[in-house]
Amino acid sequence: MNPAPSVIIFTTLSGAGFGLLVWLGLGLPGVTGLTAFGFFAIAYLLAVGGLLASTFHLGRPERAIRAFTQWRTSWLSREGWTSVIALILMAGYGAGLVFLGTRWTALGLAGAAMSVAVVFTTSMIYAQLRTVPRWNMALTPVMFLTLSLTGGALLAGQMAAAKALLLLSGIVQIAYWKLGDRALAGSGTTLATATGLGAPRAVRAFEPPHTGTNYLLEEFVHVVGRRHALKLRAIALTLAVVLPLVLLMLGAGHLVAALAALCHLAGVAVSRWLFFAQAEHVVGFYYGKR
Amino acid sequence: MTQLPVRTDRKLGLVIDLDTCVGCHACVISCKGWNTENYGAPLSDQDAYGADPSGTFLNRVHSFEIRPDEGAAQLVHFPKSCLHCEDAPCVTVCPTGASYKRREDGIVLVNEDHCIGCGLCAWACPYGARELDRAAGVMKKCTLCIDRIYNENLLEQDRVPACVRTCPAGARHFGDLGDPDSAVSQLVAERGGIDLMPEQGTRPVNKYLPPRPRDRIGADSPALTAVAETASGFLAWLDRTLDRLPGGGLARMDAPAKEENS
Repeated sequence: MNPAPSVIIFTTLSGAGFGLLVWLGLGLPGVTGLTAFGFFAIAYLLAVGGLLASTFHLGRPERAIRAFTQWRTSWLSREGWTSVIALILMAGYGAGLVFLGTRWTALGLAGAAMSVAVVFTTSMIYAQLRTVPRWNMALTPVMFLTLSLTGGALLAGQMAAAKALLLLSGIVQIAYWKLGDRALAGSGTTLATATGLGAPRAVRAFEPPHTGTNYLLEEFVHVVGRRHALKLRAIALTLAVVLPLVLLMLGAGHLVAALAALCHLAGVAVSRWLFFAQAEHVVGFYYGKR
Repeated sequence: MTQLPVRTDRKLGLVIDLDTCVGCHACVISCKGWNTENYGAPLSDQDAYGADPSGTFLNRVHSFEIRPDEGAAQLVHFPKSCLHCEDAPCVTVCPTGASYKRREDGIVLVNEDHCIGCGLCAWACPYGARELDRAAGVMKKCTLCIDRIYNENLLEQDRVPACVRTCPAGARHFGDLGDPDSAVSQLVAERGGIDLMPEQGTRPVNKYLPPRPRDRIGADSPALTAVAETASGFLAWLDRTLDRLPGGGLARMDAPAKEENS
């Protein structure tokens, strides 16, 4: 799949932003006043900034409001609703903390739950697609949720939780890559089922429909980055998990925490780039590619 | 509304005969020609006369090669467009309701005025049947020429999809695949029509007729024998007369050659 920058920025930043909102909603840290304002400002910049970035990949962004209508069947529509509800709930909760110095616990918990729902619905946009076997796994939402909560814990200064979640993220990430590498073969879709022309080895794509490229090839058959997948996985894991862990072990303090969080976000961005670039769409079979 | 209808009154679709298709791409051109100036936004091209041309097409013809263990390879031309699936995954993922499946005839359509061009439906389609138009920013797909098949301003024989009307080989058939007595259903039953990627669970309406096995000339094949050994009538007279002309013996080149071969 085409690793479009807008979608990578969106899932990385919004994931961290809503992750931070989860922790804030739980009252961890239990901040009020100006400090609370700082935390909420960071969370909203990340969450809303990511959501805005996601509209850049739309062909007709001016009609984006219509995406709220089909929540009955569409995960993308559900994501729209959960994000708006989560942002409104957390805005009320945040206002109480910042301006009144009071913590409305129930509202915070509801906002936290909705923030988890946002990340889950985002992940389901990808996980629901049978056409992309590497995404069509239960581990996809698990990975999105653990990375989001980890990023949130780092930003919220929850160091003990962050350490445990970093370890968990590393395990989930590696498991996702390992299972993902087998997903296409395990999906049962081959050139033989795509064409009905006999055993897989006996059929080959002889000639594409056009000499030039097309939307399908540009969107679904991205092969450039796959060559360096192993190196990029090492880079992603080092940045997202290993370095933040080392930094947290070395010491506390705002500077170390900020460095660990930035490092983690950079690693998640690399992982997200791989998430798209490595994902094979079954339409590639028709073109003799994957 | 992106909820799929429980059932459709009819299942209009195409039956594509892979045995008959000659790979001329006439269906591709007629499809683009009709659909660029009728339903919805035009099918744009980018850099059409430049070094790197590309464009939006609703129908594309692939070519595959079957390489059996023995015998000659076989080339199969493979037209591919929207299969108007009964469980169309492209419809349910649509966040805006722009994509829908019609209850009356099962045609999958895009309301281009509501489409935000998010591309998720194209991601959900295993067949590559949907293409985002680069100029209009909305999703384009086969409409089964909905503006032809019900168009009473056209002659009756023209009320079929443009690709079907134009196919010079008769490799494309249009009809109601929900009616077991329709010509297309009979054809599918007779020829063992198949679904593409059945494991994807899309239940496509369009069917593909697999290529028939080719005849093979082997040791046990009957040798070709002449159907007329001796001429009669006018030809016999001509034969004799030509023989009698000077050099007539040399003219019978087939006779000694036949002996050498046998």
